[in-house]
Amino acid sequence: MPALDPRNLPASEADIDFSDIEEKYQLTFNESFDNVIVVDHLPVVDSSKEEKLLTVVKKIFKAVAPLKDDGLFMPKEEDPETGKTTTQGYLFIELDTPEQAAAAIKQLNGFKMDKTHILSVHKFTDVERYATLSDTFRAPVIPAYEEREHLRSWLLDERARDEFVTFRGDEVVVSVNNKNGKPDNVFTRNKWTESYLQWSPKGTYLTTFHRQGVVLWGGPSWNKIVRFVHPGVKFADYSPNEKYLVTCSPEPINSEAVAAVNPQDNPFGPEDDDKHIAIWDLRTGALLRTFVMPQLASKSPVPLSMKEAWPHFKWSADDRYFARVVPGQMLSIYEAPGMGLLDRKSLKVEGIVNFAWSPTGGKAGRPASADAAKRGEHSLAYWTPEVANQPARVTLLSVPSKEVVRTKNLFSISDCKLYWHPSGDYLCVKADRLSKSKKTTFTNLELFWMRERSVPVETVEFKDNVVVFAWEPKGPVPRFATVSTVDPQAVQYNASGMAVNTNRNTVSFYALQGASKLKSEAAGVIGNFECVERLEKKTTNEVLWSPNGRYAVLGTVRTTSVWDLEFWDTAYELSAPNAQGRTTEFRLLASPELYGVTDVEWDPTGRYVAAYASAWRHSMENGFALYDLRGSLLGKHTFEKFKQFLWRPRPASLLSAEDKARIVKELPKLAPKFEEEDLMSESAASSAEIMKRRRLNEDWKQWRQRQAKEYAQDCEVLGKHSAAVENDTEGDANVETIEEWVEEVVEETEEVVE
Amino acid sequence: MRPILLQGHERALTQIKYNREGDLLFSVAKDNVINAWFSHNGERLGTYNGHQGTIWSVDVNSNSTLLISGSADNTARLWNVSDGRLLHSWDTNTAVKCVQFSEDDKYVLLVTEERMGFPGTIVIFAIDPTTPDQSDEPVNVIVPQPSKATVAGWGYLNKYLVVGHENGSISLFDWNTSEVIKSVTDHEAIITDLQFSTDRTYFITSSKDKTARVYDANSLECLKMYSTDTPLNSAAIVPALKEFVVVGGGQEAMNVTTTSQRQGKFECRFFHKIFEDEIGRVRGHFGPINTIAFHPDGKSFSSGGEDGYVRVHHLDPDYFKFKYE
Repeated sequence: MPALDPRNLPASEADIDFSDIEEKYQLTFNESFDNVIVVDHLPVVDSSKEEKLLTVVKKIFKAVAPLKDDGLFMPKEEDPETGKTTTQGYLFIELDTPEQAAAAIKQLNGFKMDKTHILSVHKFTDVERYATLSDTFRAPVIPAYEEREHLRSWLLDERARDEFVTFRGDEVVVSVNNKNGKPDNVFTRNKWTESYLQWSPKGTYLTTFHRQGVVLWGGPSWNKIVRFVHPGVKFADYSPNEKYLVTCSPEPINSEAVAAVNPQDNPFGPEDDDKHIAIWDLRTGALLRTFVMPQLASKSPVPLSMKEAWPHFKWSADDRYFARVVPGQMLSIYEAPGMGLLDRKSLKVEGIVNFAWSPTGGKAGRPASADAAKRGEHSLAYWTPEVANQPARVTLLSVPSKEVVRTKNLFSISDCKLYWHPSGDYLCVKADRLSKSKKTTFTNLELFWMRERSVPVETVEFKDNVVVFAWEPKGPVPRFATVSTVDPQAVQYNASGMAVNTNRNTVSFYALQGASKLKSEAAGVIGNFECVERLEKKTTNEVLWSPNGRYAVLGTVRTTSVWDLEFWDTAYELSAPNAQGRTTEFRLLASPELYGVTDVEWDPTGRYVAAYASAWRHSMENGFALYDLRGSLLGKHTFEKFKQFLWRPRPASLLSAEDKARIVKELPKLAPKFEEEDLMSESAASSAEIMKRRRLNEDWKQWRQRQAKEYAQDCEVLGKHSAAVENDTEGDANVETIEEWVEEVVEETEEVVE
Repeated sequence: MRPILLQGHERALTQIKYNREGDLLFSVAKDNVINAWFSHNGERLGTYNGHQGTIWSVDVNSNSTLLISGSADNTARLWNVSDGRLLHSWDTNTAVKCVQFSEDDKYVLLVTEERMGFPGTIVIFAIDPTTPDQSDEPVNVIVPQPSKATVAGWGYLNKYLVVGHENGSISLFDWNTSEVIKSVTDHEAIITDLQFSTDRTYFITSSKDKTARVYDANSLECLKMYSTDTPLNSAAIVPALKEFVVVGGGQEAMNVTTTSQRQGKFECRFFHKIFEDEIGRVRGHFGPINTIAFHPDGKSFSSGGEDGYVRVHHLDPDYFKFKYE
């Protein structure tokens, strides 16, 4: 617009050029049809009832979204034969916003207007989309087959070394453990995960957590294997055979938000909205089902602890069934891969708190057999606290028959924990009981003999509280260790979960004692668990058995003052039987201290122990240390902000028991060869080190010579002679020797001389 | 052997220096006094009084007649070593953070702080040892850009000035023309100390980035790197007998009270100069180590800490027997 000239004003309003103002304030009209919905399956009526129908429709839709006066459009058609005008059984509604349209579709699609008229409500754009769909079939492009890397390549290591992953600062490092405690780093990636790391149960995949979901990595090149989109994911859990993955995010799923970020692959649909948990097929990456997590959805003022609620779904040993409890209400068992409820209904169990699957399967009360798993029989145990007049109860359930095999009533119970023996032969229920005065508690261990007929239960009574219970994973006789305390005061923890004080604890080892199998069957006695060793006045708060049994680490971890690790051999072989007539005894092998230790982990073969101090708990000397099973320190490595150390799990050995026995027998013959190899690699390493040092020394000398030459040149150029030379010549003349007398009185005595 | 504890300061040590023969030890601290000590037994020779603020730096000339000190009272002062007389005082606009005699004792350099609108500078004065009247007219004033200088030293034969900067870079200056000859950035944080080898052909720097580095004084090529887990305040090259370096530091003084002594990492750490491996540690200070100096004969060294003590360590026979090849 040209500048306003008062002498040359426009004659009339029409002459004024408003184009610039119009341009500036032009409104963009919404021309998309996202806010239009189609309502189908309406009754077909003639013009007389048309008004009535519209009123009804308006009433229905008003409940969901405000309607515009002219927002409804119902097409009508005149029947050429009868001349009557009838509706077509559908109408269009224009709403204010696409969000309202979405809400209307979500709530009213499938609305039953009456028996025969079930409304179907859709987006108008959908109709258009399907109408314009090409009629000719176009075959989807099937991507060419890509050979996957060998996902278990690390098991082929010639020296059978184990791998582990460490998370230090932002860096994630995969390393191979060596005998000498100096691991070789095989792969390093910066910012590989946003929160933490997790191995799959058989060690095939490394899981990393990101804002958008989890990613699984593996193979010798550590490439991405599969990605699962789940915004805000916090937890992941695998089924025991790595067939399925369960992910959980405290944020409810919002399929549209996911679609906005990931338009190409959005696994979620509107039906997945507001769910927290997703179950995935690990190999295909397909979403199988989503669930609401009652612990997260509940509006109760005291939110249920996520720590206790995870893993939310527990899997049977063969990945076939998975189950969860809705606390206090029911136990839901689902079948995989269909993801449906077993028998289409949950098991209502009033008050149910927790449950645990048998780790091996098979029916309770029957001897262990190899084909039990094939038959798909499983056991699980759950417990209910005292409700009204009913005592607390532990129940053994057979799956899939849902048959109750055994129940055991327990009295004055404050809490129960379920511990299955890894073989599935025993179940230990740690029952914390209130004393008569209800002021103190003590513990009973209820041991269920799963493989005996009618499942007998043996009770081991403690006078104090058992805080730690651990089965020995393998061994000639079943054994377990407990840590119990009489200290009335509970351990106090600081904000990061470090104990600020330690209790005086007692560590006890129990073993199955008694008659041999034959004798026991004859007499109907099956022996019982007896205490075989008791260690008093320990600060121990964690018992870690070697995966092969026999060795155990008693750790005092996550405390601010004590950092003892005690390495015990629980079957130290004696040359002659001791006073009790035993040929083995418990022996402390070593008790190293690792400053600030927060976690201890055995390697999967039971040869090494890693202990580490994580920056998640404190910032003092973060890092990890490696020990052998005798507790001698192999190497200590400190890193700034060291967070996590995880041994890579190994799948179960494919060797049969006979094979293993044969190898043990042949060990003396095989050993020299391996020892030689060890020696070779060691001397190779040390000679490499010596070579490196020699080279460095040589380099330094050469550099010094070059420097000396340069220095001499500079001296000439600058016309000075070397200060060093100058000082040397004058130095000798100026030396002044100072003699210093130090007199020290050793003793002073006074004697009277006569 | 038990270290000798020199308790002559009431506040945190800032720098200690041996003279060329190593019989004397000069220490300065935040408490305005310069102390001179006999290094072999820790007896105090005397003090040099007069500064009105923290003394950041001290240096002695090669025949131990003159002492120069730089202080936060915006002066650098020249002292007579033998009787403690103040010979001259140079006034500056800001605190003097670092002072050093040139190798031939003919010049001194002062590094001044950047503050109150004044830029950080390196000022060079000529010294006339025959007269107490020193010139107030600087030979040259260098204004390092873009990052201010924190430490500086004279290269051999006064060839260059080696300057450590706040941003972690090291540069060579022509001290007559103020021209930057070379500059490298290896350190990631402020340079806290810079000490030369005996012949000044290479030097070691320490930095808050938890590393110490050895540089070629001509090419500024980083020859060696020693990494630790704590911010470093000082580093020294062992001048004789052993191919070692010593570094010291500890977490920031402001965080010390919140943590245990063990975690503070207040140790002098010995590294093998060539292999870059850590050899050993000397504990003792209960505050961060601010300064380390090695006796020219390589048989003893001293460290000064935030705790206000100087510890003079005469090394054990084991140290001399120790082989690391």
